[in-house]
Amino acid sequence: MRIALFVTCLADTLFPEAAKATVRLLERLGHEVVFPADQTCCGQMHVNTGYPDEALRLVRRHVRAFAPYEVVVAPSGSCVGSVRHQHAMVARRAGDERLAVRAEEVGRRTYELSELLVDVLGVTDVGAYYPHRVTYHPTCHSLRMLRVGDRPLRLLRAVRGLDLVELPQAEQCCGFGGTFAVKNADTSTAMLADKMRNVLANRADVCTAGDASCLMHIGGGLSRLRAGVRTVHLAEILAATGTVGTTRG
Amino acid sequence: MRTFLGMPTTAPAGVGHLRGDEPFPAAARKALGDAQLRRNLRHATTTIRAKSGAVIDEVPDWAELRAAGRAIKADTMARLPELLEQLEAAVTAAGGVVHWAADAVEANRIVTELVRATGADRVMKVKSMATQEIGLNEALEAAGIEPVETDLAELIVQLGNDKPSHILVPAIHRNRAEIREIFRREMPGVDPDLTDEPAALAAAARRHLRQTFLSTKVAVSGANFAVAETGTLAVVESEGNGRMCLTLPETLITVMGIEKVIPTWADLGVFLQLLPRASTGERMNPYTSMWTGVTPGDGPRQVHLVLLDNGRSAVLADPVGRQALHCIRCSACLNVCPVYERTGGHAYGSVYPGPIGAVLSPQLTGVADNASLPYASSLCGACFDACPVLIDIPSILVHLRGQAPHPRAEAAAMAAAAYTMDHPRLYAAAQRAAGLGRVAGRALPPPLNGWTASRDLPAAPPQTFRQWWAERGSGS
Amino acid sequence: MSAREEVLARLRAALAGAPPVVPAPGPVPRRQGDRPPGRPELVELLRQRLVDYRAEVHRAAGADVAGTVAAILAAAGARTLVVPAGLPADWRPGTVEVVVDEDLPAARLAGLDAVLTAAAVAVAETGTIVLDAGADQGRRALSLLPDLHVCVVRPAQVVGIVPEALDRLTPGRPLTWISGPSATSDIELSRVEGVHGPRRLHVVLTDG
Repeated sequence: MRIALFVTCLADTLFPEAAKATVRLLERLGHEVVFPADQTCCGQMHVNTGYPDEALRLVRRHVRAFAPYEVVVAPSGSCVGSVRHQHAMVARRAGDERLAVRAEEVGRRTYELSELLVDVLGVTDVGAYYPHRVTYHPTCHSLRMLRVGDRPLRLLRAVRGLDLVELPQAEQCCGFGGTFAVKNADTSTAMLADKMRNVLANRADVCTAGDASCLMHIGGGLSRLRAGVRTVHLAEILAATGTVGTTRG
Repeated sequence: MRTFLGMPTTAPAGVGHLRGDEPFPAAARKALGDAQLRRNLRHATTTIRAKSGAVIDEVPDWAELRAAGRAIKADTMARLPELLEQLEAAVTAAGGVVHWAADAVEANRIVTELVRATGADRVMKVKSMATQEIGLNEALEAAGIEPVETDLAELIVQLGNDKPSHILVPAIHRNRAEIREIFRREMPGVDPDLTDEPAALAAAARRHLRQTFLSTKVAVSGANFAVAETGTLAVVESEGNGRMCLTLPETLITVMGIEKVIPTWADLGVFLQLLPRASTGERMNPYTSMWTGVTPGDGPRQVHLVLLDNGRSAVLADPVGRQALHCIRCSACLNVCPVYERTGGHAYGSVYPGPIGAVLSPQLTGVADNASLPYASSLCGACFDACPVLIDIPSILVHLRGQAPHPRAEAAAMAAAAYTMDHPRLYAAAQRAAGLGRVAGRALPPPLNGWTASRDLPAAPPQTFRQWWAERGSGS
Repeated sequence: MSAREEVLARLRAALAGAPPVVPAPGPVPRRQGDRPPGRPELVELLRQRLVDYRAEVHRAAGADVAGTVAAILAAAGARTLVVPAGLPADWRPGTVEVVVDEDLPAARLAGLDAVLTAAAVAVAETGTIVLDAGADQGRRALSLLPDLHVCVVRPAQVVGIVPEALDRLTPGRPLTWISGPSATSDIELSRVEGVHGPRRLHVVLTDG
């Protein structure tokens, strides 16, 4: 299958390993990955910070960049959520019904990584080997906007060598929330503190998730604490085979 | 004099409790420093989440009930003027008197005059968000009338000279030991050996208010529902203080937000199943009272209904925001909100705290007067999942952020970012610059330093993904 | 412009700008429970749900309501009982002083130990009894002020779910829905029984 990678601006700029792992994983499974070079950012930051007018041009760009592809994947539940649930809204708000309809079409063909693997490609065992004690944080937008359910857990359970441990109060937000972490830094930090306590509770050595943004937040806190727990994107675990060094501290 | 005759209008400033003294982040910072508050909130919200989840799981048609609740409310809003006229006619036909109040000032004046006309200098109150919203207690006190809150949590707040911090349980921020101290300090004649057992505290409230119930001639209530086709009002409660106030006095004055009307008697069947399970986590609350005008020989002989706008018409005018008027005040969104759980209700500055408050208060007052509230959420979506009438609170939050006044520097930065991101070559250059810039250190300058106060930034990668992709393409 | 005209004009203006979209009705929630009213399983469910919320439930064998009530009052130490004028005469126990409510002052009602009423309908799933101020139930204050409420429910009055109860009730009557003794969740959101309403609720289920 030919799959277009929607890399997301965050993975592109700060977490390229998650995006590279997505490419390696899909190629290992026998698929062709293409990277539409005109893509930049889906505009979620603008929409969620209260700048829908500025987001409009990014929605238009995104729709144009991905309209030609039958299947689009992103290593981010949050960005897929924005494409599916916000792009048409931004277009309609600006009175551009044609763009809204096209955005909805792109949204329907855009999948978060675990959705693509389980629902579209029909695999749960991706042949990965990852000998670590791992806990999984189900990020809010994957959980509640996309309803990915237990797909990531099913994928993780099939990884050889991986010891999956429960994350207490897993479904509570880590406190990132994009602009929230800046505008309400104290509350965000309080939420993060509780999330970190739960991450540390079952002595995992890796905390994983399907969103680089939440991992940046949790990882930034753990790094400050020198807690010794690493954050690793789900794609990196699924891409790992034990022969290629794909994880990074 | 009203300035904009007949046009949707927000709630006036200077009266009532919809606006805080400081923006949410500043108020939240203080609340976060109170470890006891954090423990109390965590304990209470954890308890209620478990209880509510268990009784909701018992209902086979919960999803259908939620959808029906949403549909009934949407239909109600579409026909609000007619339904209110129908309600007025039905209440009047049953012997009640209906009053209309465009805002808090008018509502307070109407209630004060009604109480004065009875000659009473004391009223007893059933817990009511509408009367908290308009600051009725302060208005009555200014007129020399003593308002006595009879709901246990409202009583705790009133005796403690405190402010409510939760829609359902206004004293949720107090634990049993603190409540015992308030009672020992403020409740005349209380047993000095009062323990902090909840049952003992409840018994103390019973003794304290018994005589008030038996001797007060006027009561003020809110209403959970008003049925347009029958003129029936309903109050949902637990303690029996509501029954006392609705049954024993000679005069009953009900102040109700206009969005509380529902079209038909059968609609009660939907909401009476949704509300208790979502709210207190009970299959049914201990007491629900329903009355229709005046019943000779049973209950108050004078029954008044004050229909309150106070900004609701302005909420109704917003096609996205108007679904906030569907709220049945269950508090489920507060109980699941990770922000509320940590800051408590006072930080929101309004009588309507939590996620629903963050979308309702700014709309009632105009977004400019509560500009920080739409941002008081990480958009995690737990509120939408919990709402028994399916209010899409995250979408309204995002919508209101688009209406909020923006800091000039932020607006300039966002516009510049959008421009850059709309030009891939500029964008790629900016990405490389960002990587280089951070070699200087792992802390960000203001206003982004809130991030690095408690978190490290990730180490900058040696190359961006698109650099890697380009090299990979040329190399293979 | 009166406040009434003002508010109505505002609301009409608010709707005129952007008429609301009313979602299409989806699957309809239950209008009836899965068992017909009065079935023994339904009465048993009602009993369980009442007990769960700290009401005490008694079965009155045959026609011996009065005997069952007498035993409840004796166990509770109640010596005075108020009843509505229309209560079936053979329900009244002969063991205590019985006062018939004839517009008694509230303070007098509050001084009586117990009240005995019938009910209009009961909801099994929620453990609720509904009083509609009928002649065998009396005015609302009657079942409110005495500290012990004894309520007699006949099997035919027991429905499964709330919508069925609403169908049987008359909207214009004063209605009191009672689910257990008075309670509060206001202290740390834990439910405790016994605040302003009757602190004890005993339900007598007859078998006919």
